[in-house]
Amino acid sequence: MTVSKKPVLEVRGLTKNYKSTTAVDSVSFEVRSNEIVGLLGPNGAGKTTTINMILGVLEPTHGSIRIEGRDVALERSEALERTNFAAVYSPLPGNLTVSQNLRIFGLLYNVPDSEKRIEQLLEEFELKQFRNTRCGVLSSGEQTRVSLAKATINRPHLLLLDEPTASLDPSTAQSIREKIKEYAAQGEGGVLWTSHNMYEVTDVCDRVLFLSHGKILLQGDPKTLPGEYKKKNLEELFIMVAREPLLLESM
Amino acid sequence: MSVKRIWAIFVRQLYLIRGTATRFFQIFIWIIVDITLWGFITRYLTGTAGSEFSFTTMFLGAVLLWDFSTNVMQGITMLFFEDVWSRNFLNIFASPLKISEYVAGLILSGIGRSILALIVMFLFAALVFSFSIFGFGASLAAFLLILFLFGIALGVIGISIVLRLGPAAEWLVWPIPAFLSPFIGVFYPLSVLPEWMQFIGHLLPPSYVFTGIREIISGGTFSSSTFFWGFFTSLVYIVLACVIFVGVYRKAVRTGLIARYSAETVT
Repeated sequence: MTVSKKPVLEVRGLTKNYKSTTAVDSVSFEVRSNEIVGLLGPNGAGKTTTINMILGVLEPTHGSIRIEGRDVALERSEALERTNFAAVYSPLPGNLTVSQNLRIFGLLYNVPDSEKRIEQLLEEFELKQFRNTRCGVLSSGEQTRVSLAKATINRPHLLLLDEPTASLDPSTAQSIREKIKEYAAQGEGGVLWTSHNMYEVTDVCDRVLFLSHGKILLQGDPKTLPGEYKKKNLEELFIMVAREPLLLESM
Repeated sequence: MSVKRIWAIFVRQLYLIRGTATRFFQIFIWIIVDITLWGFITRYLTGTAGSEFSFTTMFLGAVLLWDFSTNVMQGITMLFFEDVWSRNFLNIFASPLKISEYVAGLILSGIGRSILALIVMFLFAALVFSFSIFGFGASLAAFLLILFLFGIALGVIGISIVLRLGPAAEWLVWPIPAFLSPFIGVFYPLSVLPEWMQFIGHLLPPSYVFTGIREIISGGTFSSSTFFWGFFTSLVYIVLACVIFVGVYRKAVRTGLIARYSAETVT
């Protein structure tokens, strides 16, 4: 995949302290147009905290976040018009139908000609037969597809995906991965993706950032990075990051 | 402010009400129960004490107007609770929606809901108990304005409490109107209250409305000074409520409570 030079997300010195705990510690990175970046790390590493700060629902203690040059702290609404997200822990309201939910988020994200866009999304994510079904009665896979339809409704230039394929069967997960790859390749969007599935990360991501105890310990191409640390694959590297972060910091 | 985003919050309310009969009937079922109860009480009192005193205007009028204010408050809090119950905070607050637009959307929904409730109230009271609220004349508009503004302030304070203390604080919000009614003097003049209760009563805008009702019943008019104090204190409550809500929201963003709301606290 060709990676252009235009950054859609610039994170500089991002820090979040909770009293005596530092959840994210001076993290800096970029996501560029047409690039899929994997944010990896063990549970509690600071991945979701980082995503929450990018989404403007958590205030950083220090540092800055710019989405297409707009500072999230100063121009939150304008920055978020160009952003969207899907997370396994944040399904759409189960008491509204698929099309009602998409219509509401179409208005919230100021989508022009939203009815046409909703029809495209229903087609693209194979949701036509569920348009009048309440989201709460859909299967996990179907709900994930609805979340992704919502996440792409405004054709975001920055798409944040927090474990989008968790709880999906391999076939559905593979189809979702293909859609996201297609999305990143076609438009102007960059994607920040968290996952615990290293096979998936190797397949999808152009670049990965390993986070442990709130710090980025290493980053690089998921296909070549394990070799640089004398590991067979990304999963082995992940285990090393999770179990021996101090060793990596000293390397 | 974006009209489209405010509209999104209102449309969500429409979809929810349209989708479930329970939500639709819940808007006016308690109002009908209240009017029925007080309608029969006033009919009994009028029959017993004679018609020299207008019990119907006094009690039924007061109940109707107080229920209106309560309904405005519930219109705002209910829609907020829908986000709490469906764990929709992250989707809503991670969108471009500004907090002022969210509150404006809740208020717009409160207006829609209270207009519907008001129509049902007027019709039910007129058809079943032959009581016309329009007997208050032009003062009715002033009464409704003060009660509407106070209902909005109560609603915004209610959602601030739940946002700050978590979903379990819902039970603190529902009884707020019942808790305030003894201080407001819905059915009696403030002068019958102990001094400390009178003091609180004078700080609450609806007390000026119910004082006005009694002025009209005793043959007078709703004086402009009573209206002014009711209107002025309502505006003060709205400003205070908005300041509290913005403060609570900012703290929730600082502590991460918005992102992990179901946990109730992150500290």
